[in-house]
Amino acid sequence: MNAPTRATASQLLDNDRFWRIFVWTVLLAGACVMFLPFLWLLSSSLKTELAIFRYPPDWIPDPIQFSNYIDAWTTRPFALYVRNTLVILLLNEIAVLVSASFCAYGFARIDFPGRNVWFAILLATVMLPGIVTMIPQFVIFSRIGWVNTILPLTVPFFFGGGAFNIFLLRQFFRTLPSELADAAYIDGASEIIIYWRIMLPLAKPALATIAIFTFIGTWNDFMGPLLYLAKDPNKFTVALGLAMFRTAFAGRTRWDLLMAASTMMIVPVIFVFFVAQRYFIQGIAISGLKG
Amino acid sequence: MAVQAHRTRLPWPRTRRARRALTGYLFISPFILGFFLFFVGPALVAAWLTMFDWNMIRPPYFIGLGNFTKMFNDDLFYQSLKVTAYFSLVSVPVGLVLSFFLALLMNFKTRSIALFRTIYYLPSIVPAVANAVLWSFILNTEFGLLNALLDSIGLPKIAWLQEPEWAMPAIILMSLWALGATMVIYLAGLQGIPRSLYEAAEIDGAGRWASLINVTIPLMSPVIFFNLIIGIIGSFQIFTAGFLITGGGPQHATLFYVLYIYRNGLQYFDMGYASLLAWVLFFLIFALTLIVFKYVGRYVYYEDVGS
Repeated sequence: MNAPTRATASQLLDNDRFWRIFVWTVLLAGACVMFLPFLWLLSSSLKTELAIFRYPPDWIPDPIQFSNYIDAWTTRPFALYVRNTLVILLLNEIAVLVSASFCAYGFARIDFPGRNVWFAILLATVMLPGIVTMIPQFVIFSRIGWVNTILPLTVPFFFGGGAFNIFLLRQFFRTLPSELADAAYIDGASEIIIYWRIMLPLAKPALATIAIFTFIGTWNDFMGPLLYLAKDPNKFTVALGLAMFRTAFAGRTRWDLLMAASTMMIVPVIFVFFVAQRYFIQGIAISGLKG
Repeated sequence: MAVQAHRTRLPWPRTRRARRALTGYLFISPFILGFFLFFVGPALVAAWLTMFDWNMIRPPYFIGLGNFTKMFNDDLFYQSLKVTAYFSLVSVPVGLVLSFFLALLMNFKTRSIALFRTIYYLPSIVPAVANAVLWSFILNTEFGLLNALLDSIGLPKIAWLQEPEWAMPAIILMSLWALGATMVIYLAGLQGIPRSLYEAAEIDGAGRWASLINVTIPLMSPVIFFNLIIGIIGSFQIFTAGFLITGGGPQHATLFYVLYIYRNGLQYFDMGYASLLAWVLFFLIFALTLIVFKYVGRYVYYEDVGS
């Protein structure tokens, strides 16, 4: 960029009022674009099958058909899918919270030979795509008869609860003052006691962050259920059930019901986001930046 | 108790160190076990399987480098590489630039920031399956939202999911809808830049543009780099969109690499070949990450932090 253009550009950018209006307009326009698919989803989910195929499409459904939600919910046993997902979710939450915090405590608060090597390995596995072990894991799990069970989707989480979660908690544990632990240590408390009685209660905000990420990860996971639960419709998770729901109507795509079912799958995630917004932001801050 | 007494008789520091090491390894043992059971073990099994022809029913049949030969002669292997590279090369840079730009705007103290941040972030937590179902309707040629919008400004309708040259742009567009996740990471980074640096720059006569180039971008370079690495790795793993929306078509235009692994493994049950493809993906991502670290990493500015 040559000098004169830069001068005018910076002059313009320094004009505060121009800048404020510009920023606000761009953000507003962008927000409208980002929000449009949500509006489309909601609007379509309330349309009759006839109104879906009207062109140009209406934004406000006429008539508004709430029964799409009931039809979608009952055409396939979504209540069962929700229950199946919640079982996996509950197990994963326990696994991740206990296992990840346990490992993270070791990485954060105990100095031992080889710790840095293992921490480097941990960081490397955060980077490594899990997809790489998808095929051999499937081979192994099918050998030991775990296909068509929820075991492949839960048991691995008991072993460390995911490298990323360990990393996140480790970062948090390192920010805690060591005086409390030192005092307890002098009183003869073992590391296990310090971890369980002192550190875990202090780590509640970070644990909340991880619990939320685990909820979203489990609720949204498609590859896992597709590999291990796709053969038995009674074991479907919500994600798998919705994916299979696409082809539930011979010969025609019921966009109205699909949009209603999709909405029902999205709503819990958005609800959790709004309830726990500050933990999201915190998790992002810890993971990305305080390294 | 007897053990305790015995221990105290040993030279204190050495025992203590040994005991700490033992405690340390006890704490991280779940991770170590998991690393071997669910990563190293499977990776070794996969390495071994690359030399076999095995459909999981008949006993494995040793074919040596047969799978390698097959791969080098497999048009779909090259196609899936090409497709994934195309997706990665477009979606990652565009996503990085757009989300950085948005984060910059958002970091400017303006009204309704929290609301904007939420609206931009929400798409990134939409479940992949719901996302795929929603977008297959948005991209529908006859009744979809995208074509309705194009039509309303006088542009012709596009058969997004039927035309080989349009399917990929459609999926890239869909992936960009989720750029809020990257944006909030930038935003957190931007908020960590001390105000004093901007004030100093202002005193030196730097305008907004100069501050952006000389203060913001250098200080943000570790975050940009982090997002670049995460973005590349993530883009190589795209699966659900290709699997659910396009089924890899039309004419293999969206046959993403992971989708091709999945097909070989779980539809054709060619476990040896699928394992080889998985290892190749591993080396590709590994090599790519190294290259990025070597050639982009040197531009990353690390602040000297005291502690």
